[in-house]
Amino acid sequence: MASPKPAHADDLAKQQRSISVAEFFEKNKHLLGFDSPTRGIVTTVKEAIDNALDACEEAGVLPDIYLGIFRMEGDIFKVVVEDNGPGIVPDNIPYVFGKLLYGSRFHQIRQSRGQQGIGISAAVLYAQLTSGRPTLVISRCGSDRPAFRFQVQIKTETNEPEILKREETTWDRVHGTRIEIEFKSSLTARKRLVEYLRYTSVVNPHARLRVEIDGEAIIFDRASDEPIIPPQAILPHPHGVELGELKRIAAGSKEPLEPFLINSFSRVGLKTAHEIIQLAGLKETTKANKLDADGLARLQSAMQQAKVPPPPANQCLSPIGEVLIRQGLEKEFQFDFCSARTRPASVYHGHPFIVEAALGYGGKLEAEGNARIMRFANRVPLMYQQGACAITGCISTVNWRAYNISQSGLPTGPVLILVHVASTNVPFTSESKDAIASIPEIEREVTLALQELGRDLKTFLSRRDKSRLSEERARAICAIIPEIATKVAETIEKPVPDITPIEGQIMRRLVAKKWTDKGIVNVSIQNYTSHALDLTLYVITVDDVSTSDPPAVFVEEMGTDKSAVWQMRLAGGEGWKLSYTGTGNGMIDIRGVDEKKKVVVDLDRS
Amino acid sequence: MTGRKEDIRENTIKRLLAIPEKWYEQMTRGELPSVTMPTRTKKNIAYDEEAEVWKYGDRERLREAGTEKSALHILKMAYVIWFLKHQISENRSSTLRELYYISEGWKRAKFGAQNDSNLLVEDLEILTDVQREHFHLRPEEDGASIFGPLKIREDTRRGTRELHCQDDIGESGYQIPTNVDSLEFVEHDAKMVIAIETGGMYARLIENGFDEKYQAILVHLKGQPARSTRRVLNRLASEFQLPVTVFTDGDPWSYRIFASVAYGAIKSAHISEILVTPSSRFIGVQPSDIRDYDLPSDSLTEQDIAALKAELTDPRFAGDYWKEQINLQLALNLKSEQQAFAARGLDFVTDEYLPARLSDMGILRR
Repeated sequence: MASPKPAHADDLAKQQRSISVAEFFEKNKHLLGFDSPTRGIVTTVKEAIDNALDACEEAGVLPDIYLGIFRMEGDIFKVVVEDNGPGIVPDNIPYVFGKLLYGSRFHQIRQSRGQQGIGISAAVLYAQLTSGRPTLVISRCGSDRPAFRFQVQIKTETNEPEILKREETTWDRVHGTRIEIEFKSSLTARKRLVEYLRYTSVVNPHARLRVEIDGEAIIFDRASDEPIIPPQAILPHPHGVELGELKRIAAGSKEPLEPFLINSFSRVGLKTAHEIIQLAGLKETTKANKLDADGLARLQSAMQQAKVPPPPANQCLSPIGEVLIRQGLEKEFQFDFCSARTRPASVYHGHPFIVEAALGYGGKLEAEGNARIMRFANRVPLMYQQGACAITGCISTVNWRAYNISQSGLPTGPVLILVHVASTNVPFTSESKDAIASIPEIEREVTLALQELGRDLKTFLSRRDKSRLSEERARAICAIIPEIATKVAETIEKPVPDITPIEGQIMRRLVAKKWTDKGIVNVSIQNYTSHALDLTLYVITVDDVSTSDPPAVFVEEMGTDKSAVWQMRLAGGEGWKLSYTGTGNGMIDIRGVDEKKKVVVDLDRS
Repeated sequence: MTGRKEDIRENTIKRLLAIPEKWYEQMTRGELPSVTMPTRTKKNIAYDEEAEVWKYGDRERLREAGTEKSALHILKMAYVIWFLKHQISENRSSTLRELYYISEGWKRAKFGAQNDSNLLVEDLEILTDVQREHFHLRPEEDGASIFGPLKIREDTRRGTRELHCQDDIGESGYQIPTNVDSLEFVEHDAKMVIAIETGGMYARLIENGFDEKYQAILVHLKGQPARSTRRVLNRLASEFQLPVTVFTDGDPWSYRIFASVAYGAIKSAHISEILVTPSSRFIGVQPSDIRDYDLPSDSLTEQDIAALKAELTDPRFAGDYWKEQINLQLALNLKSEQQAFAARGLDFVTDEYLPARLSDMGILRR
């Protein structure tokens, strides 16, 4: 057997060449969340809507976003996203959509949905790869500016935009951006897509989303009319700076170390600057751009060691807030109980973050199976890789049984758990931003928030059970004891005992009872409380109540039903009676008395 | 006789009505009606040294009509008492199953399952200290039968009958009525009572004339014995001071049949004194018989082994005799039916095994 011919370095060198970012991602689509046509559509919509929301917030307008998904020929779909944001100046449009890693936020330290400027241009790339169609962009920056219409693609070899068409056009929007992307996909993930939109709407209660998916129209309306105060960029924090970054910042400064530290980093004052310089063993007069590699390394290590206050989280982060989280959730779900927590800001590796969480219980949530988990990072729903996420880990570590929730790993039952991590740098496990990495500082905050919510729920549940118990007791006393009394009296041949003393002693409430006997409907109201009550009795029935004794204050006809009203004032211990002829069908209700202080029993219904 | 019957009836009604009378008083005082019962669990069973039977212990449970569940329980009880009062005073009777169906018309007080009504009747027995037979409530299944030198007088609906349990009846014996208190044991010519688990063995002893030859009263247990059967054994032992032996298969379930005769059952611990025969003794099939007579046998199943092990921890089987026999059986890993003796010939059990066992036990003198 011939031995393989040894390769020469010269030959090998001929095969080596640089790869453009676009080429790299063309080959590694999964890194950006384009693993499959099914997932591609979710990622595209997500990127476009994230951009739209970010743009609106920066401009301080309430987002009004339109999303359309249309089936074109074959398996080609068109995704249209239009926002009322500030628009993009025409010269930048090709770069924003036609060049990977182009964006405004990469170098800014503040909370934002997008970071690297990959998302939407990756969608453009995906479109041209699968359908061959360029992406259409329309944008307008104000009433005094014209709208522009572009057709763009990406030259993958160079990662540069290719403008196929650029023209001025008319557009009914005063400002905003519209994109149309056509690519190969499928709508098998329709449910997931709607879920993504619903979740987005929950954590962006100030946004209105109008959606049209393949003929189906959905509106996610806003729950709040307050635009978000856009978070402000901050300087890097000394604890979060790595050597390369420090080198770059230092190279751009001609200042001596002391003012350099104070002016280039957040939370560094005179005292801290001195401490850092001393720890590093450097001279204050040395200029930052004159530091050698060793000096930079010592400076970086000193910056890590020095005591520095945490970064100004309320400036660079924008948590949703407890009230808005609840409003957002209650808009989309009906609960028996809902509580939310926004934890105080905290820091990991010099990056500020805030954890928010909410717990919904009961209502229309499914009674069986695992709890519904909603994960968010910087107001963006995380739709995939739930199992790999630190949030899920924290949820299953909490001992939910202590809060009267059943649990098998994850909590089970009619429970919804929402967790939002807001940070200038959310530590995702991968570029597709699906799961949050296990950072102990973040896990601690998530766990604390969940435990606080668990305690809230426990309080609610025990109160509910208690009131259920007293309801049951009231029912027993008002409905069953009279029957016992009747049967007992019949058996031992004595007159039926008066059981009002039992009711009175045990209930200490207002008791209203209705029963029908031989064509006579009776209603009795007994005030067992110690004070006078003003109340209104409603009887809704098909029976003729016009002959009642005493007569009603007024009777209203509602179709075949009549609604009759009596009003009275009962002193403590006083009783009242009403009777009329009829079948006893219908219902009675007492208003004007606190729910906990009344018992209404319909003895005809049992 | 009629006078006694009247007394029982009056006493029963009086005790039954004491319950609603108490409730009536409670209600007129402004209190919730309630009942207090011993808790009916394994944990609340205690051995009564004096009566030599297992009875309920001191744990009690107050049930007050303060919750929907308890109020319904008391309402159902009120209906049952009302029904029983009429049934007893009209001298009619019904089965437990009929009672369950009668409750259909009681609206909210109707029973969800027959077990609920059966349990409530047992509660009433405990509360009144009267057996359900006096409530004129019968089980559906027949009582077992009895054969031997015994003369009885039965108070039937068609008059009083006197019967001799050997001479006046057929090969299958006299059928024990559900209410044993309508029965009078007039006289006997017996030296012992043998209670037999299976019909086959009962018939074998009658066919071979064991009752005549050894002056034995034979009682068929028909598996786990009904209350009336256990009541008959109790009365034969206490009224005539006759030794009672129990002859069953040689497996753990049969030992439990013996235990219900000799030691009492949890379900009926409130009437252990009249149902249990503490003097009764186990005749066989003993595990040692399986070994000594080399009886045809089967291997123990997993359930058998579990049941035997449970019996080793049961206080009723705590004596040396049972420890030895059960451990032996576990070691042999075998069980045999009482009719396995037929392998030695049809007469072996009556001519050899029983006389030998009865001599060993000191009941028979050769």
